[in-house]
Amino acid sequence: MIVEVRDLVVHYGAATALDGVSLSVGEGEMVALIGANGAGKTTLVNTVCGVKQASGGRIDVHGNLALVPEGRHLFASLSVDDNLRLGAWRQRKRTTGHVYDLLPGLTKLRNRPAGRLSGGEQQMVALGRALMARPDLLVIDEMSLGLAPKIVADLAAHLRDRNATDGLAVLLIEQNAQLALDLCARAYVLEAGRVVAEGPSGDLAGSPEVAAAYLGLEA
Amino acid sequence: MAELVGYLITGVGVGCAYALLGSGLVVIHRVTRVVNFAQGGFAVLAALTVTTLLTAGLPHGLAESLAVLLATGIGLLTGMVAIGRPGTTPQAALIITLGLGVLAYAVEIFLWGDQPRSFPGLPGSTAVLGARVQTHYLLIIGVTAVILGATALLFARTDRGRALTATADDPYAARIVGIDVARMGLLAFALGGALGGLAGVLVTPVQQVSFDSDVVLVVNGFSAAILGNLTRPGLTLAGGLLLGVVQALVGGYLSTAYQTEVALIFMLGVLILRSSSARVEEVTA
Repeated sequence: MIVEVRDLVVHYGAATALDGVSLSVGEGEMVALIGANGAGKTTLVNTVCGVKQASGGRIDVHGNLALVPEGRHLFASLSVDDNLRLGAWRQRKRTTGHVYDLLPGLTKLRNRPAGRLSGGEQQMVALGRALMARPDLLVIDEMSLGLAPKIVADLAAHLRDRNATDGLAVLLIEQNAQLALDLCARAYVLEAGRVVAEGPSGDLAGSPEVAAAYLGLEA
Repeated sequence: MAELVGYLITGVGVGCAYALLGSGLVVIHRVTRVVNFAQGGFAVLAALTVTTLLTAGLPHGLAESLAVLLATGIGLLTGMVAIGRPGTTPQAALIITLGLGVLAYAVEIFLWGDQPRSFPGLPGSTAVLGARVQTHYLLIIGVTAVILGATALLFARTDRGRALTATADDPYAARIVGIDVARMGLLAFALGGALGGLAGVLVTPVQQVSFDSDVVLVVNGFSAAILGNLTRPGLTLAGGLLLGVVQALVGGYLSTAYQTEVALIFMLGVLILRSSSARVEEVTA
């Protein structure tokens, strides 16, 4: 396993954001985490990535994690190239060539300030910045938010390609459950800080409760 | 005409010191969101240290360099006290820097007394467009150009500088790529200390410094920085130079007694203009 989370508890003051969450992602796996707004998805991501402190439970990480955060969070005044270089801050080698090879659309944008790019271009830079860390597991928080379907399809194709070619594992956090279940082999459903369902994506998509709550289908 | 050129050059010289001080404020504010009221203290401390080191027999150059190094260390210490504790808000940190500035008064009076001090700068005078100006003003202008140029290169061309800008842009994103945001804050304070110390060391041969000179220096540095909204180094430099020149002209043609008031009126004018243009944007949005 690259990441194994056991009985994770996270508080914001007196409020409990995550209440005994367990989750795992193995090598080369694509795993989805779906849930409504406020379910605790981003809190889980931030805790796994070490940005937020856990109150209880255990997180074991065996490998290199990189995060594409919700809202992209690029360094707006820096160029695309500088954004990419900073993605490898923990590495000794910060050459960007391999990311331009993987995402050739970024090459023509390399000297543009990241803050002046379109939403789709920014998401591509955020993905490239995360890939600069040469991760074993890519954690992507709300990849599709605010983007046109064509751009989302392109990003999904990139992820599939990286997964198939390099064995890159992916933990995809999405409100767009259809996209997440289509893209990932396995999924977890988070509600009010608890995992309420988990299993192969096909099984979850076939579950009347999940279909009604997240896929907009009648139970 | 020669008189005017003289005032312009001395104004630019003093304005360079304000720009250095203001740039220190900008670096610290951009990275940590803290307005550092101890910034003038770095300049005073460095200047007074030079007087002691020169008296002890150290040569020029070495004495000034050591004093700037000391100001860098004091800047770092100020950062550790102001933002070292996780969760300290910028407002709380601002009050801490104000307190440290007051503490510095006590230390400076204890070590150097309360009388103004100075030390000789670059000797002699130079003719520029028919005006004779102290050569030291040209040194201030030259050193400031080199240092601000080097600072710009640090931010634009080095990964450490990019990390400082990244922390200023988005501290959350900086954390997720692995940048130690707290360490970047301390680095910004150290840089602020160095720039403040350099301002004090450069300006003291042409303006005496005492323990409470930090007020005048920080008011002027802050006025320069506020032109750039405490975030834009280029405008801070322009603000510093403009202030220096206006003060030199006021001092030369009216009275030196009004020089600080000029800085305050300048700052007030910028704030009023900015708030009214923000209101216009709000209405038209």
